[in-house]
Amino acid sequence: MRIERRNDLPWFIVVLVPFGAIAAALMLCAGLILLAGVNPLVAYAEMFRGAAGSKLAITETLTRAVPLVLTGLAAAVAFRARLWNIGAEGQFFMGALVTAWAGHGVVANWPPALAIAGLLVGGAFAGALTLLGPLILRLRFGVDEVVTTLLLNFIVILFVGMMVEGPLKDPMGFGWPQSVPVARGVMLPDLVARSRLHIGLLFAVVAAIAVWMIQSRTVFGAKSRAIGLSPRAAVFAGIPLSKTLFLVAALSGGLAGSAGVIEVIGVTGYVTTTMSPGFGYAGIVVAMLAALHPAGVFAAALFIATIFVGADSMSRATGVPSFIADVIMSVALLTMLTALMLSTYRVRR
Amino acid sequence: MSPVLELDHITKRFGRLVANDDISLHLNQGEILSLLGENGAGKTTLMNILFGHYVADAGQVRVNGQVLPPGLPRAAINAGVGMVHQHFTLAGNLTALDNILIGSEKLTQLWTDRAGAVRKIAAISEQFGLPVDPMARIADLSVGEKQRVEIVKALYRRARILILDEPTAVLARPEAERLFQTLRGMTAGGLSIIFISHKLHEVMAASDRVVVLRGGKVAAERTTSETNQGDLAELMIGRRVTRPHRQAQSSGAPVVSAKDLQLFDGRQTLLDRISFTVSAGEILGVVGVSGNGQAALGRVLSGLVRPTAGTLLLGAADMTRMTPHQLIQAGLGRIPEDRQADGVIADLTVWENAVLERLGDAKFSRFGFVRRAAARDFAKDLIARFDIRGAAPDSKTGLLSGGNMQKLILGRNLVRHPQFILANQPTRGLDEGAIAAVHSELLAARAYGSAILLITEDLEEAVGLSDRICAIVKGRLSAPVLPEAADPRRLGLMMAGVWDTADAD
Repeated sequence: MRIERRNDLPWFIVVLVPFGAIAAALMLCAGLILLAGVNPLVAYAEMFRGAAGSKLAITETLTRAVPLVLTGLAAAVAFRARLWNIGAEGQFFMGALVTAWAGHGVVANWPPALAIAGLLVGGAFAGALTLLGPLILRLRFGVDEVVTTLLLNFIVILFVGMMVEGPLKDPMGFGWPQSVPVARGVMLPDLVARSRLHIGLLFAVVAAIAVWMIQSRTVFGAKSRAIGLSPRAAVFAGIPLSKTLFLVAALSGGLAGSAGVIEVIGVTGYVTTTMSPGFGYAGIVVAMLAALHPAGVFAAALFIATIFVGADSMSRATGVPSFIADVIMSVALLTMLTALMLSTYRVRR
Repeated sequence: MSPVLELDHITKRFGRLVANDDISLHLNQGEILSLLGENGAGKTTLMNILFGHYVADAGQVRVNGQVLPPGLPRAAINAGVGMVHQHFTLAGNLTALDNILIGSEKLTQLWTDRAGAVRKIAAISEQFGLPVDPMARIADLSVGEKQRVEIVKALYRRARILILDEPTAVLARPEAERLFQTLRGMTAGGLSIIFISHKLHEVMAASDRVVVLRGGKVAAERTTSETNQGDLAELMIGRRVTRPHRQAQSSGAPVVSAKDLQLFDGRQTLLDRISFTVSAGEILGVVGVSGNGQAALGRVLSGLVRPTAGTLLLGAADMTRMTPHQLIQAGLGRIPEDRQADGVIADLTVWENAVLERLGDAKFSRFGFVRRAAARDFAKDLIARFDIRGAAPDSKTGLLSGGNMQKLILGRNLVRHPQFILANQPTRGLDEGAIAAVHSELLAARAYGSAILLITEDLEEAVGLSDRICAIVKGRLSAPVLPEAADPRRLGLMMAGVWDTADAD
């Protein structure tokens, strides 16, 4: 028995693979829901109703999807170049922290548009810098970035904890470990009145289109793709490995950092160590479900957001613990990886 | 004499392509049978069916009269069939010993008799003249050495029928000659051998009988002693192909000169004070047994590694420390030794590979965006001008045959009329038609005034193309000789490290 690569996969298979993977994941998780004593069809119906059954639900799901799109793009950009950035969670928090700090002071009195732009640049810069260390370690010493970026997440979150208990602690926060709030003027305007949905959604759409343009149409995109597919041939062809990876890291870390910015100035207004329910890690799942394609990232982020937002109301209605959302997401990642392998390779006897 | 192996009316289709069309052949005890055919004639497919990698759509395989169950390599191995693939199936991070042992032991076996295995390998090496260092890491070996490991691996499993898929594609002539003798010795010892090749002189030298495949069908069967190269060539190709000849031409000013190049990788000296000069309109051939520093020389001249000491001049400019990108910009063309790993990216399209080296050039980019239309047109031109068959600008490069991939690499280099071309094993693994095409392109570049350094293991190619020939042995470069003076004996001596002082400069 051996495994060989399929050439020339028809495009509709490529599109169908994620849907098949998601269907398989939902079926597998239906077994768990059954074990909890609930009809899976009822549970999933509740979940869908909770995520898309009302105007409020839809806006909540979209609000949740915004950071997922950005962290998903961050992972997709890096993975294309075989830069395994598992650190989007940490980069998200660095972006958020810089936002709280600057949004409370430096840019607080700037004109809103300028202040928001400044925060985005600053947060993206912070996210990019966070990925730079692991990249340098990889290029200089061959240290595996999967390990360094993953472990850096914990360091960053502890650092955020230190800051929100210390220099950036909110004096009006009744002792809660939360940062000073950003100025009211830098908060993003609402996209839909009387909801939490903010214009960050438009930013996410623009970011997805921009990433698609960069990856498929620019010289930099072609170079990063070449490096991802065959570093040897890319280097032989004169594509500078380090320089290209630095740019990839800057883009990836920057996107994750901007997710942190948007979440602070769009939703929370301040930073806590619990403000992210794993946006960075979920971004990896989003990128994989999307097969690293920016358009797919948008769809996958909506799916993951639906699961998470819907899980809460499903939990209230049926008593199935809302942790099922994490299980569905994780199983979807596994089924997607399996489906990718089975569609890219065939097993021969 | 009863046949040890019979292939009976084998047919195999891949989609619309009929790779094997009702092929029948047999192999007698103690015989060397050549399977001759161009790339794509169906030789490798046929052997993969025999070895159980593919399942035939029709027909059966019999070993010693017993039908082999289709699709089970294990059954073929147990029946005593061993295969040495053209593309090696060795794990680079393991030792030769580990690679030979893998799969030869029972899963339930608790320990390995490594000392015994080493002794057995030594005995096989000794008996068949296949020197192998069991403790060497595969990644550190040259292709020639890797191949010996592959053959020993098959013999270690007590193969009685040995299939060699283009074994000489990676060997230098003296190595190949020795392989043929080794094969003779093996048949005397009772082995039966199928030898797959598209090289006529090898088929003539090595085999007892020839089966010629063309377009998936058996085109002819001949007894080797009753045929000749010309007949076989016609049977194989369906027409006569001749390699182009070098025309006399006086060379111009020196283009690339190397002085005392040294490369030390931390453990061994790969290049040992190499000096040479290549002039405009001249081809300098470098021959040698694989693993003697050709790869290192190629890497240095491609800009992939910097020499430990010594200088490289391009005209008057110092190119010793140039990056690959700078070399390309300075007008260097580079044909890499391993076209699959270095030359092209199989998952990219033909047009992307065509402009890969020049993505940032103004011709193919504007404001950081790829000028896709210009790049596609460029690829279309290359396809037409260099006769790259089976390719459109948007087809996947991995689907091209080796020869057409090589034409793509040649094309993207030659179309710019580079002042210097490094051609590292430019025809390795190609069929006669593709070789002739590559040769005439290299000669055209020479006529145009390019200086060419040709690293090759094919002596016929070296003598046919080069204006001067050097041998590389253990990282040292011999003084050059003129091709007229380079008879096989002299080249053989040179490649063994025996040479006089310069007689042609």
